[in-house]
Amino acid sequence: MTISAAPLPRAAEPPAAEAPAKGNRFSSWMIFLVVGIYFLLPLAATFYWSLRAEKGKLGFEAYRRLFSDTGFLPAFSESIVNAVAAITLSLLIIVPTAYWVRLRMPKLRPVVEFITLLPFVIPAVVLVFGIIRLYGRPPLLLTATYDSSRVLLVCVYAALSFPYMFRSVDNGLRAMDVRSLTEAALSLGANWVTILRDVIFPNLRVAVLSGALLTFAIVIGEFTIALFMAQHTLGPYMANLTRSKVYEPSAMAIVAFAITWAAMGMIAYISRERKHR
Amino acid sequence: MSGGFLSLEGVRKEFGGVFVVDAFNLEVAQGEFVSFLGPSGCGKTTTLRMVAGFEQPTSGTIRLAGKDVTFTKPNDRNIGMVFQSYALFPNMTVGRNVGFGLKVRGRPKAEIDARVKEMLDLVQMPQLETRYPYQLSGGQQQRVALARALAIRPQVLLLDEPLSALDAKIRVELRGEIQRIQRDLQITTVYVTHDQEEALSISDRIVVMSAGRMEQVGKPFEIYNFPATTFVASFVGTLNQLRCQVVDPVGGRLAHDGQEFRTATPVEAPDGSTVVAMLRPEELHFGQVDGENQMVGEVVSVTFLGALVRIQLSVGPARLTLDALNERRLTLPKVGDRQTVSFPPHAVWVMPAA
Repeated sequence: MTISAAPLPRAAEPPAAEAPAKGNRFSSWMIFLVVGIYFLLPLAATFYWSLRAEKGKLGFEAYRRLFSDTGFLPAFSESIVNAVAAITLSLLIIVPTAYWVRLRMPKLRPVVEFITLLPFVIPAVVLVFGIIRLYGRPPLLLTATYDSSRVLLVCVYAALSFPYMFRSVDNGLRAMDVRSLTEAALSLGANWVTILRDVIFPNLRVAVLSGALLTFAIVIGEFTIALFMAQHTLGPYMANLTRSKVYEPSAMAIVAFAITWAAMGMIAYISRERKHR
Repeated sequence: MSGGFLSLEGVRKEFGGVFVVDAFNLEVAQGEFVSFLGPSGCGKTTTLRMVAGFEQPTSGTIRLAGKDVTFTKPNDRNIGMVFQSYALFPNMTVGRNVGFGLKVRGRPKAEIDARVKEMLDLVQMPQLETRYPYQLSGGQQQRVALARALAIRPQVLLLDEPLSALDAKIRVELRGEIQRIQRDLQITTVYVTHDQEEALSISDRIVVMSAGRMEQVGKPFEIYNFPATTFVASFVGTLNQLRCQVVDPVGGRLAHDGQEFRTATPVEAPDGSTVVAMLRPEELHFGQVDGENQMVGEVVSVTFLGALVRIQLSVGPARLTLDALNERRLTLPKVGDRQTVSFPPHAVWVMPAA
């Protein structure tokens, strides 16, 4: 009998290594499935319920009624205007702040970051009562009329957007050589307004859009603050709807979801476009 | 003193009480090309940034064309700057980048277009006006940055290690381009680099800096061949340093490891004292030559560098580096060989031992 000294084939090793990979893939799919069901099932149920407005058949009657409701479009358009105004105000505050902190005061960044995080820490109810107490008495009296309250609401929404906006803008600034770009522009004779408008802002477009769309998604359906400030926006409108209608609230929830998801989809698309570049 | 087109008088810069630039005095003539050369952290970039206006001196004065600009804002100085990282505006095309300085000055579109074309012709990139920076190579981006800095017709052009991020071949090519453009335009230029070869090849004068201070200011030939300090001698080029005993100061005779050699001039040190004899690798050659100094050492390494062959010999406790010009007939010594090397007395200069 001869004892073979031939080495064991190395090809035998990979299948052993593949086994845990297969196991991992299976558990990953399982987790994905469970989480998917957890998120999608209530949404599917809401959507199904919203289709049952007509007796005996599924259809979009609830959506038709919703869009033809005299209160929907004004509330919807008011929320959109508020969101756009809040985004604009937030950008005007956050972009120069984040830029200046990164350029000249990097040590202050954790402080600024903490301040921008405050809206996460303070509950909306506490925030709104604080605001009403502070701005609802002389000499400011910003809650005296509907329009002045609306201005105040936009300011609060702008503050609510700080955590998202600051992070987006700060990440955008991190991705570019802010100091060199600023100094290059300065050496060419540009002033600070020109630098921000023509050099920094255009290069932050994607970051700004991400922050803006997140803000939009939050503001469009915001309920607590708008209700306490007696504003006729989409949030309170939805709440009223649940009290008086059966199928329309579900339709409204689906529409709100669609708007939010469209905003998220746009962020993902824009980010992917930037990566391609 | 105040005679130069650009002058720095007693300029000092401190960060948190620690000086990074001290007692900096320099006059740069109009149209002159001056390089700041030194290791990282020696203060060369800080000095350049003070000229640009991005940093303010703790004390001292900076004058440009006779005007005190020490505290003038950078956007009011009319100084063009080229950065190591190119700093092209990513959202603008090449043409818009080059025309940016003129646009912020409110120049008419026709003038901007004409200048952009002129500048892109100057840097030999006329066909790339509509490209974006991310579509260009590093060398092309730096050419655009140069065109952009020159488009405003600056009084002074500052270049902060502009070639450091480029590969060797492009670096040499672009170095020649910068020199050509500077000569054509006769623009006063200050160039920061840590690359001695770059500084030696491109500059009218070099300021060698160390630890925030000027070590020597001079023409490349002077800096290389007549270094004023040990630092300059060792930083610029490769240098052999031999600790020697002075045998005969008047006759210029020194001894290292029992081997005597002489200098061309008397040594200014007492008999028996220790000094450092310095000589460049290219001054040494193999074999005995009449009238020259000879030393014997053991070959410890042979490095082929293309045009040169660098050979290291151990002579007592010291290492001697010898650069021989490569040629096909050259017979390379082997490691362990004992070789005699010669060098002329005038190639040796002496400095006090530290």
